[in-house]
Formats: sequence, structure tokens, C-alpha cells
Amino acid sequence: MRGSRSKALHDQALVNCQYSMATFSTGDRKRRPHGDRQSSEMTLHLKQTFEAAILTQLYPRSQIDIYVQILQADGGNYCASVNAATLAVIDAGIPMRDYVCACSAGFIEETPLADLNYVEEVTGGPQLALALLPKSDQIALLEMNARLHEDHLERIIEAASKACKDVYAVLDQVVREHLQEVTALLGK
Amino acid sequence: MASVVLSEAEKVYIMHGVQEDLRVDGRGCEDYRCIEVETDVVSNTSGSARVKLGHTDILVGVKAEMGTPKLDRPNEGYLEFFVDCSANATPEFEGRGGEELGTEIANTLYRIFNNESSIDLKLLCINPRENCWVLYVDVLLLECGGNLFDAISVAVKAALFNTRIPKVRVLEEEGGREIELSDDPFDCIRLNVDNVPCIVTLSKIGYRHIVDATLQEEACSLASLLISVTSRGTLTCMKKVGRGSLDPESIFEMMETGKRVGKLLHSSLQTVLDEEEKLGSARKKVGFLG
Repeated sequence: MRGSRSKALHDQALVNCQYSMATFSTGDRKRRPHGDRQSSEMTLHLKQTFEAAILTQLYPRSQIDIYVQILQADGGNYCASVNAATLAVIDAGIPMRDYVCACSAGFIEETPLADLNYVEEVTGGPQLALALLPKSDQIALLEMNARLHEDHLERIIEAASKACKDVYAVLDQVVREHLQEVTALLGK
Repeated sequence: MASVVLSEAEKVYIMHGVQEDLRVDGRGCEDYRCIEVETDVVSNTSGSARVKLGHTDILVGVKAEMGTPKLDRPNEGYLEFFVDCSANATPEFEGRGGEELGTEIANTLYRIFNNESSIDLKLLCINPRENCWVLYVDVLLLECGGNLFDAISVAVKAALFNTRIPKVRVLEEEGGREIELSDDPFDCIRLNVDNVPCIVTLSKIGYRHIVDATLQEEACSLASLLISVTSRGTLTCMKKVGRGSLDPESIFEMMETGKRVGKLLHSSLQTVLDEEEKLGSARKKVGFLG
């Protein structure tokens, strides 16, 4: 536990996140890398997502730091952060309920779109960010901006959760391959 | 700042090694670690570079934005430096923890570029007194493994070499001037980086001095001298850092070593940059995952 001890929780671990964007990562130069409104919100989202996934009750009075650094932004920053952080948490050997996979989705001209890029994000229209625990189909975080007719919501969530499951397949494969390599090296 | 704690025995071991001109990783006193340089890694920037020096990992992005010239230099553009210490380097940098170190490095960068020959700032002027290019040089510290200053200055030079500023034309019209951007995206200004200085940090360990100290060696050194040298061996800035003191004689010795090592550093960096440039689009990009 670093910093003030008063933050320590007696029955579970504290998940501490920091989301930071390089000043040159976006099209327009950012004035500060973190601490602005957008980054603080993102930090909270990440914290919420990983509190839902990490088995925090196993580590009382401890702290788990997750630092995310965006080097280059082309839309879907939150989702990329979550997917990367999942891999990092697995690499750290911290027990989780499940992988957390995230994907954004939008709705342009009656078509649900998964994983919006920067251009698609700035054109406006509804935007949805979904973080999923794919095995149990539980939602760790769901956020939607702009207005959308309720009838379409299901299709968008459907598109996003399908994309999340695709991401899960890729992440799982990478983790397994990595693990095989590492154990093979250990065996020598 | 990121640092390691060494026991007395470890310090003595390193110091004795330095005295015999054999360092813990097998280098001599005037050898750098292997430096990896890659340019053009961030597509949102006008120029970018990533430099890895041992475990030190630096990413620099240069962004050109339109601004107004400073009042005392109406015919020139200017450079702005900003250093961000990512919490990924060390948890101490979380929140505002990295600001102190960031400001220190940024101020050092301002000082080594504070002379007329480093970069031709007149090239950045578009309209005297009205418009100029401002180059925002943003340094991102991803990992600290000792010798930050040298690595950052190499990365800044590589990023400036890679920088391409779009060409603009000034159209005189009634009621004011208008600025027109060139239609051809490949029509751009390149900066001449021949006189851009690099920093060489010399750390005094025992009776000798070494270049490119690792974190362990930095922990043994009481004082270091930071000098910025151009490719011709001209000094543009000098600064003593650290708690201990240095005697005048050793400062002159260190300056000589610094110039010698600096020239070599510049020439090998330029060779690498030119080679990379020659490959053009055929170059295999490593990017962030390398």
C-alpha cells in the first residue's frame, strides 16, 4: 500500500487506475496528459470495470495499480485500454473472474457498427461502450452517449457483445501461446 | 526520480570495476549501451521518434501548430518543450508525481536549444509579427533505466530530423493576408538538424568518470556533469547535477571526454537516421510493440 494508508480497505484490495494520454496522441495537441475531465472520467470507468472483474476480496489491505498510457489515439480508447489492461493483469498473475473484453459500437444509417474509429466517433450519432465478462455474459461496464431509439438498442448491444467475444478469442489465444512458450522455457 | 538502493558491497564492487575500466555489464568507461532508434512511429504527429537505451524507453512527438511569433523575435518561430513522466515508468510518477522531474528535463532542453545555431528558427516564420510555426516537442518517458537526459536528447534530435512541416503560402488580399496550405501533402519543410546538440552525462565514480550510467551506477555516483555538444564538438550548455562536488580539474577532463564521446554519438546517430531514411516505405516498422 503506497501513499495514504487511510485509503486501504480492510476487506478487499483497492484498485487504483490512472488513464493518461500522450500530449501528441490525438490530432490536436492535448495540453495536459492526465487530470482533465475526460481522463478523470476514463480513470473512473477503468476502476469500475476492473473492480468488477478482479477477485479483490483475496487481497485485503492491498492496492493494485493499473496505469494506462495512450500513445496514439484513433477511437475506441477505452476499449483498447481495457483489453490491454486485462492482458497486463493476467500477466501479473492477479486472479480474475474472467477476462474483461471491451468494444465500442455505433449506429449509423440504420446499421450497427462495431469498433468505431476516430472519424466515425466524431461524426456524432449514438455511441456505446461495452465491457463484457464473456464466459458468463456479464456486463462490467455499459455506457451510451447521444440519443437512440430503444428498439435499436438491442441490435447495438448485440453487435458490441459479439465483437467483445471475438476479442476474447484473440486474447485467450495469445495468453495460451505465451504461457506455452514460457512453460517450455522453464522446462529446459 | 526512479532510483535503486544498493548495499555498500555492491557499490564497492561497481567502483572497483570502474577503476579498472570494466563495468558491471562489460562496457568500458566511455562506452554507451546499445541504442535503438526508430522514427515516424506516431502517425498523428509531424515527426516522432522512439529511443531505447538499455531499459530507458523514450517516445518523442513533434507537432507543428500555427501561432504568433514572440514579441522580441518577430521573424522567428519557436520550440516548446514538454516532458511527461508516465506512471508506467514508476508508480512514483502517478498523478502530479512526475511533474518535478518533467519540468527539470524540459528546462534543460530549453537551455540546450537556447542559441541561434541549434535550429534555424527563421525557417519557421510564415508572416513576420503575425504567424509562425510553433513546434511542440513532447517527450514521453515510458521507462527509466538510467541516463534519461542523453536518451531524451537523442530522441529529440531524431524526432526533429523526422519532422515534416507543411508548406504554406501567404496570399496578399485586400483586407488582410490569407494563408494557404499546399495541396501536395509531400510538399513540406525539413529541418536541418546538423547543429542540434545531444546531451552527454558524465558521472564521477571514484576517481574516474563514465558515460551512460545505468541506474546502479547512478546510485554510486555522487555528482555528474551534463554537457550538451553539437556534432562539431561545440558545447552549448553545461550543468553539474547531483549531491556531491567536483573539483575544477576533473570538470575539464570530463568536458574533453564529453566532446569526444558526443562527436561519436552524433555521427553514429546520423548514420542510422540516414539509413532509415533511405529505406523509405520499404522499412519494416517495429512500432510500440517491439
